[in-house]
Amino acid sequence: MAVEQPFSAAGAQTPPSRSAVTERHATRVALTVIALLFLAVFLVLPLVIVFLQAFTNGVGAYFAALTEPDAVAAIQLTLLVAAIAVPLNLVFGLAAAWAVAKFEFKGKAFLTTLIDLPFSVSPVISGLVYVLLFGSQSLLGPWLAAHGIQILFAVPGIVLATIFVTFPFVARELIPLMEEQGTADEEAALSLGASGWQAFMRVTLPNVKWGLLYGVLLCNARAMGEFGAVSVVSGHIRGLTNTMPLQVEILYNEYNFAGAFAVASLLALLALVTLLVKTILEFRYGHALSGSTGH
Amino acid sequence: MRRSTLPGFSLTMGLTLTWLSVIILIPLAGLFLKTFELSFDQFWGIVTSRRTLNALKISFGLSFAAALVNLVMGTVIVWALVRYRFAGRRLFDAIVDIPFALPTAVAGIALSSLFAQKGWLGAPLAELGIKVAFTPTGIFVAMIFIGIPFVVRTVQPVLIDLDPEIEEAAASLGANRWHTVFRVILPSLIPALLTGFALAFARAIGEYGSVIFIAGNIPYVSEIAPLLIVIRLEEYNYAAATAIATVMLAISFAMLFVINLIQAWSRRRYGYGG
Repeated sequence: MAVEQPFSAAGAQTPPSRSAVTERHATRVALTVIALLFLAVFLVLPLVIVFLQAFTNGVGAYFAALTEPDAVAAIQLTLLVAAIAVPLNLVFGLAAAWAVAKFEFKGKAFLTTLIDLPFSVSPVISGLVYVLLFGSQSLLGPWLAAHGIQILFAVPGIVLATIFVTFPFVARELIPLMEEQGTADEEAALSLGASGWQAFMRVTLPNVKWGLLYGVLLCNARAMGEFGAVSVVSGHIRGLTNTMPLQVEILYNEYNFAGAFAVASLLALLALVTLLVKTILEFRYGHALSGSTGH
Repeated sequence: MRRSTLPGFSLTMGLTLTWLSVIILIPLAGLFLKTFELSFDQFWGIVTSRRTLNALKISFGLSFAAALVNLVMGTVIVWALVRYRFAGRRLFDAIVDIPFALPTAVAGIALSSLFAQKGWLGAPLAELGIKVAFTPTGIFVAMIFIGIPFVVRTVQPVLIDLDPEIEEAAASLGANRWHTVFRVILPSLIPALLTGFALAFARAIGEYGSVIFIAGNIPYVSEIAPLLIVIRLEEYNYAAATAIATVMLAISFAMLFVINLIQAWSRRRYGYGG
């Protein structure tokens, strides 16, 4: 790349000082078109096709597919699982962020890596570990069976797998934010006579509320949309252990494309709402949110 | 402990460690323990069987290729989003996150019908003699889809924070734009680019939902490693499922370690964490 001169500052219209820190007009246009075309084809088209396919047989068929008993059961199960998994990870995320961000201790970086671990594990493996732990072949299996406790192929297994994959979302959103804010505000509250709990509720929580909302939002989107991990532990029992993504798979494999895309459109709508709120939060409270990489 | 004036350390740390152990560490340890129930010969036999090796080769090879595409396209997208001003820039910035937000199964069936032989993109490609859906190319396409935000979101904040004075200095010292971009700007993005590449690569290796609908899932041809785990599990062949999972997990952890090394190196060398 030593001899190329095509982007030299020789453009007749552009003053030299300007062209030295940006590209030629043609280059700028070309790069922008390539970037936007790629985003449109690879990311927007899949989203568009979900809604188009969902309505191929008309609005009536769309709502019929969504009110069909198995679809309703899948929607209810998905809501139930998220309603259990998200609050649990919310409490964990707050506790982890308080411990990691407000105190100094050895092995902090290692602990943060452990918290992020589920992002590096294939969803299939996230489900597999619970099959190995609670399945009939496991050490716990016979004991669970003898006591009539069903974890696999039932709601508890689905909840556990969902908690596993959504584990880091709230914590990783809050930790950098709370580290940045330091401890001065809380110390002031304590010195004015507030209890630790009061300082947390009245000072810490309001300081991180937008970051917290952001984390919960991402956590919820993943909890409702998780497929691989849940698929391994659910057993795919129609009307009983099928979440919405699993229902999408079953309908699709039965060549009921309109039905599959109808259920999928609800999940796509959830994704759109999540993105919309995320964009609004970033736009309005950009400084109150850390620029961390989501997953 | 420097900041010891705040209360609640033992409570929150206890809660964190308990929850982490119960949900993540004990189940993962169980997977490794299960592997030790196999003799080494059994383990080696499963891992080096032709079908497993093919699945691993397909997963790793295509993930690597897709991550390369993500690296190049991600850089172009970041450049356009950060450096240029055009109508709808904020909208396109938000669009980058679609693969994060869209459930993988939904992405899977959408890509599958898009690239099917009669699909919007599949039909014109078929006329050119390119078959995407139900071939390894389909896996490749799904992995590109899932990986693009990792590169963009890792590189974007670094490019935004890049001091414009460096570029002005390079230009005022007589470097043309080409030299400034490739000799001055891109080198300082290297840690972020590497991290983004590694994250996209790692995600593609483990990806299941968005791949299996478009893959065709033909053994030896278009069967990814996570799918082979599921197949073994459905055959109640726990030993094989565990052995393949252990190999994948070991490689994932190695990648995580590499990402951490890149970030530590980057903090020392460039003053940001990649």
